[in-house]
Amino acid sequence: MISFKDIVAAVLTVVGVLFVALTIAAGLIWVERRLLAVWQDRYGPNRVGPLGLFQVLADTIKLLAKEDWIPPFADKPVFVIAPAIVMITVLFSFAVLPVARNIVIADLNVGLLYFLAMSSMGVYSIVLGGWASDNKYSLLGALRASAQMISYEVFMGLSLMGVVLVAGSFKLSDVVEWQNRNVWFVLPQFPGFVLFLIAGIAETRRLPFDLPEADSELVAGFHSEYSGMKFGMFFVGEYLGVTLVSALIAVLFFGGWLGPVFGLAGWARTALGIVWLLVKTFLFIGFFILLRAALPRPRFDQLMSWGWKWMLPLALANLLVTGAVVMTMSK
Amino acid sequence: MDWLFYIAAVVAVGATLMMLTRQNAVHALLYLIVSLLAVAVVFFVLGAPFAAALEVIIYAGAIMVLFIFVVMLLNVGPRAGELESAWLTPTVWAGPAVLAAILAGEIVYILSSPGLGIEPAAEIPPERVGLALYGPYLVAVELASMLLLGGLVGAYHLGREDRVRLETATHGVHTDVAGSDSGGDLVRAGSDRTAGAA
Repeated sequence: MISFKDIVAAVLTVVGVLFVALTIAAGLIWVERRLLAVWQDRYGPNRVGPLGLFQVLADTIKLLAKEDWIPPFADKPVFVIAPAIVMITVLFSFAVLPVARNIVIADLNVGLLYFLAMSSMGVYSIVLGGWASDNKYSLLGALRASAQMISYEVFMGLSLMGVVLVAGSFKLSDVVEWQNRNVWFVLPQFPGFVLFLIAGIAETRRLPFDLPEADSELVAGFHSEYSGMKFGMFFVGEYLGVTLVSALIAVLFFGGWLGPVFGLAGWARTALGIVWLLVKTFLFIGFFILLRAALPRPRFDQLMSWGWKWMLPLALANLLVTGAVVMTMSK
Repeated sequence: MDWLFYIAAVVAVGATLMMLTRQNAVHALLYLIVSLLAVAVVFFVLGAPFAAALEVIIYAGAIMVLFIFVVMLLNVGPRAGELESAWLTPTVWAGPAVLAAILAGEIVYILSSPGLGIEPAAEIPPERVGLALYGPYLVAVELASMLLLGGLVGAYHLGREDRVRLETATHGVHTDVAGSDSGGDLVRAGSDRTAGAA
């Protein structure tokens, strides 16, 4: 029977994960602008509040106060649903993310597959948003997004199969426990790590893979017609995606909550575990932002041939070698 | 867990009915996606989480995106909806309705007869699916992969870029005259979806 204590713990976990994820995602708007400014030798937003931190608040108020305009030529129901899908699917994915030992919303035994399923559902947000806008720039952005995300999803899944093979489970907490007993997966699965990182950038449509919105050629791509909080949802959804992929890289390849414990035990050790996960996550978020500051956007055909001609064969080769090694080791 | 099954089943049936009766192709596809997600929940409740995850990843996530991709390229407008409603007369529904009624009768019979009820099986972990596929069903897996490879090679052959040919020369149609290639059909490539399309 489920006890009252279990219910309270479950509710606290859900609220805690959602609160932290949404706060990080919103705060990233400021983090990204300040970091980009540092790398481009300027200040960035530094006027509103200490260090410009309240810029996020000001932006949110602006988005909420803006007219929420739906173009008369748009397909209204689909136009309204589309921005919600990206938020829902990414927030659902956080359910399987283990934040510390025994602290996870739903430790599914198909956890990794669940993440892949949710990320493939997220494609609809972009595709439907672009289609429902009934605008040629939006449609072009949506076409690019669907082709890009389907192509990069293929080897995103394959790049993780090496980890699954070695750890022997789709469950994310099992993956971390394997790293606790042995070594962080970034060493034995280095190709898998690189492939997953690249696929993660493409799935979250971050530069250099932001062709679906490519400002210089498509206005704003799939969300050209969106304004107000609907645009805000696409915006925050992208940052939520960046947070999710960074956290997953930390969990799958860099030991999640594992790290020096300084002789702590009990709840203090659990809290330190969460801190380690946050530190690792922020390192990768920083890397995502650095990529945006450093790399130009490729042409679309370059993006596609890169995905199918290099990434996919490399992911398959990684899986083949890993499988062979696992087989010989187990004999 | 019984009520979870029934809720998901009702959603699946309802979404499928909506899918059948929509005139806008994209709306129909969205209902089909909801239906597939509901079926995934049914799989999960019946103790097959692996099948549920694959249902979402492959059917709802990959195949349906390709369907929507194609519909987006077709540029269907309001006239396609009018055409659809002209085709879907009550007599068209008769045949499928009879066949569906036979199946519904069978399901009612199965559910009402004792000993034939559906018992939720024990949960099947992903490993067992893999062991079954690469154990007793190895030949089937290999045959399926050969079939898929055939499809892949075929798609590559069709998609290969040939030397440039003029459509006017090969098909005898004037691509600059609207509707000349479809014989005045209401649905044609390009220029159908005007501003104000729903």
